[in-house]
Amino acid sequence: MDVTDEEQLMLDSGTRPTIIVDDVHVRYRTYASGKPSEGGKSLASRSTRGVREVHALKGVSFTAFQGESIGVIGHNGSGKSTLLRTVAGLTPASSGVVYAEDQPALLGVNAALLNELSGDKNVRLGGLALGFSEAEMREKYGSIVEFAGLEEFIQYPMRTYSSGMSARLRFAIAASKNHSILLIDEALSVGDKKFRKKSEQRIKEMQKAAGTVMLVSHSISTILEACSRVLWIDKGNLRMNGDPKEVCEAYLGHANQ
Amino acid sequence: MIEDSPSALAERYGLIRVGLRPRFGKYLADTWRRRNFARTLARYRIQSENERNRLGMAWVVVKPLLNALIYGLVFGLILDNDSRPENFIAFLLVGVFVFEYFGNSIGQGSKAIISNTRLVRSLSFPRILLPIAVVLEQLYRMVPILGVLGVLLVLFGEPVRWSWLLIVPIMLMMSFFNAGVAMIVARMSVHLRDIKQVIPVVSRIMFYTSGIFYSVDLILAQRPDLLLIVHLTPVYEFISLSRNALLADFPVDPSLWLWAGLWAVGTFVFGVIFFWRAEERYGRD
Repeated sequence: MDVTDEEQLMLDSGTRPTIIVDDVHVRYRTYASGKPSEGGKSLASRSTRGVREVHALKGVSFTAFQGESIGVIGHNGSGKSTLLRTVAGLTPASSGVVYAEDQPALLGVNAALLNELSGDKNVRLGGLALGFSEAEMREKYGSIVEFAGLEEFIQYPMRTYSSGMSARLRFAIAASKNHSILLIDEALSVGDKKFRKKSEQRIKEMQKAAGTVMLVSHSISTILEACSRVLWIDKGNLRMNGDPKEVCEAYLGHANQ
Repeated sequence: MIEDSPSALAERYGLIRVGLRPRFGKYLADTWRRRNFARTLARYRIQSENERNRLGMAWVVVKPLLNALIYGLVFGLILDNDSRPENFIAFLLVGVFVFEYFGNSIGQGSKAIISNTRLVRSLSFPRILLPIAVVLEQLYRMVPILGVLGVLLVLFGEPVRWSWLLIVPIMLMMSFFNAGVAMIVARMSVHLRDIKQVIPVVSRIMFYTSGIFYSVDLILAQRPDLLLIVHLTPVYEFISLSRNALLADFPVDPSLWLWAGLWAVGTFVFGVIFFWRAEERYGRD
């Protein structure tokens, strides 16, 4: 495994690693008629059978430690979200291994529930899938709906929601539980200003409670403010891993070329 | 530095592999703990479908009724022959209605994972809950279907008897069998999408060979070898047991109970293990 000097220093000082990602590759197979999966058209190659293979992550390795918050930056379709889903165990690695202290929880705007059901039913189902009991859900239900700010719309099917509304509801459901490894995919940019403030507050609370936080964001200022280390993912490769200021500057310099 | 190999490091700090399927015992325990998820999902699916159709819940009953009507017309009037038992209409109704449970379970079961890919990708829970929810949904639908069946049977001259209560254990056994089948096809269609296309054909074959609109015993009277094979097919057994329970004059060999029970337990156990063995695979495209 390639261990950066910084990571080696942490190991030598006896800091406890919470996530170890070892040479992870992710390949998707999608069918030409189906919807293309995340990872982007630019990475797609067509095979003769009408099955496209997308090589979304090409050997990513890093180690995260207790108390760290790690930012992940990169262009659209570079593999950031795939990396987070792989660390969460939701997208299996084609090769390579992810080790973690506990089952990581992913908070994402792309997290989908069941569109044909009402918001109210999605709240209950999401809670049950997260492992809450029915009694716990009855207790939490009100605060989830209030957090999402959807009291008037909660009886309508989720397919009638605007993208902002459904993102708020999904965030509120996922954030109803405290997690020890927390992966946040663009969730900070969800919704309007008022909701963003509320969700930033909630994420800070969870950051304190959680051992390790990973954060994907397109907002460099958010990354610089919240993170102690930054990974730059470029076309499925880990291009840089280190000090937030250094990595962000290199990334911005590259983006402006 | 050998001690810094990722696996050694992970072991030293007690980290676990992410995305690996859990041990079988833990998997079953997790599934049991979240059983309310499957139950609630099944209930909500039925509610949302009812809200969208104007006839709502009535469709659950109207569909098998129309099927029975078609088969009754085709096989009772047009293709009239001597393969039909006494009180053909009651015989046909039980066959069509009970088969409905199997046909829907295998059909919807094949889509349990592939049509919920987005849900599978966003929340981690034991995936086996999805095919289980499918069969639960179909079981809930069977309640009004069986109610209507009872009314129809009385209309067509069948006496109400205590043996009607036997339909409860029969449906219970069939639920385990259907759940096993749903788990098997749910996993198979993840590996090979084409399976989804084959399922209706398989379902059709089962329908025509299970003696729904003819009496297997009358047709195969000259071929005891074939008759034995048909008697050992699970769907035929569930239908025959149901007829035995609901119809006044339909004797069956008591050994059918044993065979049906073995099919139910065997298919369910195999289905759970077969489905679990690919747990980490679901959600990948």
